[in-house]
Amino acid sequence: MNHKINKMNTLTKDTDKVTITEKLVSGSFTVIDALLKENVTTVFGYPGGAIMPIYDALFDFRQELNHILVRHEQGAIHAAQGFSRVSGKTGVVFATSGPGATNLVTGLADAMIDSTPIVCITGQVFAHLLGTDAFQETDIVNITTPVTKWNYQVTDAAEIPSVLAKAFFIAKSGRPGPVLIDITKNAQLQMLNYQEYQPCNFIRSYKPSPDIRSEYIEQAAKVINEAKKPFVVFGQGVILGNAEKEFLRFIEKTGIPTAWTIMGMSGIPTNHPLAVGMLGMHGNYAPNLYTNECDVLIAIGMRFDDRVTGRLDKYAKQAKIIHLDIDPAEIDKNVLVDVPVWGDCKETIPMLTDFVEEKSHHDWLQQFKNAKEVEVEKLIQPELFPSEGEVTMGEVVQLLNELTNGEAVIVTDVGQHQMIACRYAEQTKTRSNITSGGLGTMGFALPAGIGAKYGAPERTVVAIMGDGGAQMNIQELGTIMQFQPNVKILILNNSFLGMVRQWQELFHEKRYSFTDIQSPDFVQVAKGYGIEGNKVKDREDLKAALIEMLEYPKSYLLEVAVRMEDNVFPMVPQGKGVSEIVLCKEDI
Amino acid sequence: METVKKEYTLTIYTENHVGLINKIAIMFSRRKISLESFNTSPSEVPNIYRFTSVVIEAESVVKNLVKQIEKIIDVFRVYCNTNEEIVWQQMALYKVPTKVIMHEVRVERLLREFGASAVVIREDYTIFEVTGQREEINAFLVELEKYGLIEFVRSSRIAIINKSEGIHKSVLEMEKLNPALKSINNEFLDKKDQVFQM
Repeated sequence: MNHKINKMNTLTKDTDKVTITEKLVSGSFTVIDALLKENVTTVFGYPGGAIMPIYDALFDFRQELNHILVRHEQGAIHAAQGFSRVSGKTGVVFATSGPGATNLVTGLADAMIDSTPIVCITGQVFAHLLGTDAFQETDIVNITTPVTKWNYQVTDAAEIPSVLAKAFFIAKSGRPGPVLIDITKNAQLQMLNYQEYQPCNFIRSYKPSPDIRSEYIEQAAKVINEAKKPFVVFGQGVILGNAEKEFLRFIEKTGIPTAWTIMGMSGIPTNHPLAVGMLGMHGNYAPNLYTNECDVLIAIGMRFDDRVTGRLDKYAKQAKIIHLDIDPAEIDKNVLVDVPVWGDCKETIPMLTDFVEEKSHHDWLQQFKNAKEVEVEKLIQPELFPSEGEVTMGEVVQLLNELTNGEAVIVTDVGQHQMIACRYAEQTKTRSNITSGGLGTMGFALPAGIGAKYGAPERTVVAIMGDGGAQMNIQELGTIMQFQPNVKILILNNSFLGMVRQWQELFHEKRYSFTDIQSPDFVQVAKGYGIEGNKVKDREDLKAALIEMLEYPKSYLLEVAVRMEDNVFPMVPQGKGVSEIVLCKEDI
Repeated sequence: METVKKEYTLTIYTENHVGLINKIAIMFSRRKISLESFNTSPSEVPNIYRFTSVVIEAESVVKNLVKQIEKIIDVFRVYCNTNEEIVWQQMALYKVPTKVIMHEVRVERLLREFGASAVVIREDYTIFEVTGQREEINAFLVELEKYGLIEFVRSSRIAIINKSEGIHKSVLEMEKLNPALKSINNEFLDKKDQVFQM
């Protein structure tokens, strides 16, 4: 069946003297039309029986819609996440019913916890077969309910346009999140009279962002103006709200030291004079230490994750807490707040900036700098500039900074390399740090890197992963082979599941239970997929190898053998408060 | 942190959509909170439904729960009330052998004492009904156990919030300004032959 508009039947209907032009089209056509009207340019997907009519409709629009055929549906959704995170657009995924749909679950959970706007369209068995254990039937709507912002099953084509319009509105508005629309095969095949696609901008039971209450803004400003040692901590909310400039103006006017969560990283340039580093279990020393010394903690677009707060009853107890968030359910969820500022930070931050006094907190900032000196001396210097022994993860990241001027998109997987990359990467542009923060999904980096390249084709994308995570979605090398996105793949191989091994060393008496993992020859694997690659283990070869990787005109895999039993420090040990952060294992 | 657990009644105003029960129930089960009671009912406004659920939990937990349930797209508002802030009732049915009950007790006195009424009286069994709160329902249960109780069932709690004028007005207003869209159910389950003729 050909789905192009010019080849379709059209019919005209007279209703109360108004002539509405309707076209007889398939449900599948309306799916594709909805995507085009929502300005979707890229779809990541994998076909199968129950979604074939949609793929048939797609065939006529393969010029308009760039469909990337992944090698596994998990790859599709992580790619869509990477795409969305660098571009700010909604990522779109196609998958078939049954296993195709269930393979999306991890990515949905990841996008849910990291607030990434995604629309997944899954095929489903015919409506009359629902509940009969039909071939490739799974109840994906109920399976994905806890990991989606909204989901819906369509059994009648008449619903497709309005449901997809709702899906795009819900995914992107307010606090973003993933939406899954399950469409039965009969609805995809069904012919319907189709008018124009109507985007959705209102749902009566859904309030994307809460009303801003100016009395709280004024109250927050008063608290900030009176503060002696104020401290700003921000998360991805600043990036999701496109409020980087507004945020920068706020911190520069108030002169407050500023730290980010892993998800907030790149929201301000990492080398900004007020930037004091990353929070969290393996964040920087000073921001963790002084969380428990500040008198006012201003949290913006972050959710006080347990990896950020450490033990809650020892978290910033001395401080008045101001929390700006678009999601009212985040206020008081983990940390009780003194001044709640509900609303979209794109609006609330400038309002707050108007009320705060221009200040500088020189001495207070100096305290952070002094603590940073301690960290530099004890940890950062030896990690970034070692003179002997095997290569460290830190020095690879350091060289990468040098070679990319901090302008690359850094996509990371999960584990030690992730913490090292996020601790040491220099980032000068927003939307540069793509990682699986909340869910901690190994296997995220390779597909997310592919998606990031489609989301920001003009930027250098480096997907950094460990030897464990590299093998978790390694099949996506096939996607690179076929579609040739220029993704740089950097594997930091310590021959261990390093973060788990670190915990076994520190807290389980070095009982290395199944953390020594064997890997294939990654370079040979890449070659099998037609991807150029190289492996280095010596310091003197490292820089040249990185240059070769970055300058190669196509995708390139570089494996670096790094120290096997290095640990990531500093560390806020589990069950400890943030100011109990330690710089080395002897201090635990 | 508050650790005293109390009984809270949650009144949840929603759209009338398939699957919403699951979306709400999941918010409790993900925390391993058991629902003491869960009721679904239409409201005074057409197309708007209300769920009434009862949990015994700490205030801080319930507050978070309420905000997270409110985030479900098809949920309008969630109200959380203590027992002092609501009027609530449950109903129970009791089935007893007629022979025993007729011979061994003075039924009129029994009904008066427990505020019960007879719904069905047959030769083989009789069904009584009590509407009230848990203590009243349980007291009658204990009493009837002496007389060969065959079957007992209690409904979930329904509750009216003492100060609900504001909710009524806002819901009414919303339905007037933005009436509900028609929701489509699966029309094909018993029409297998038609599917391939569309």
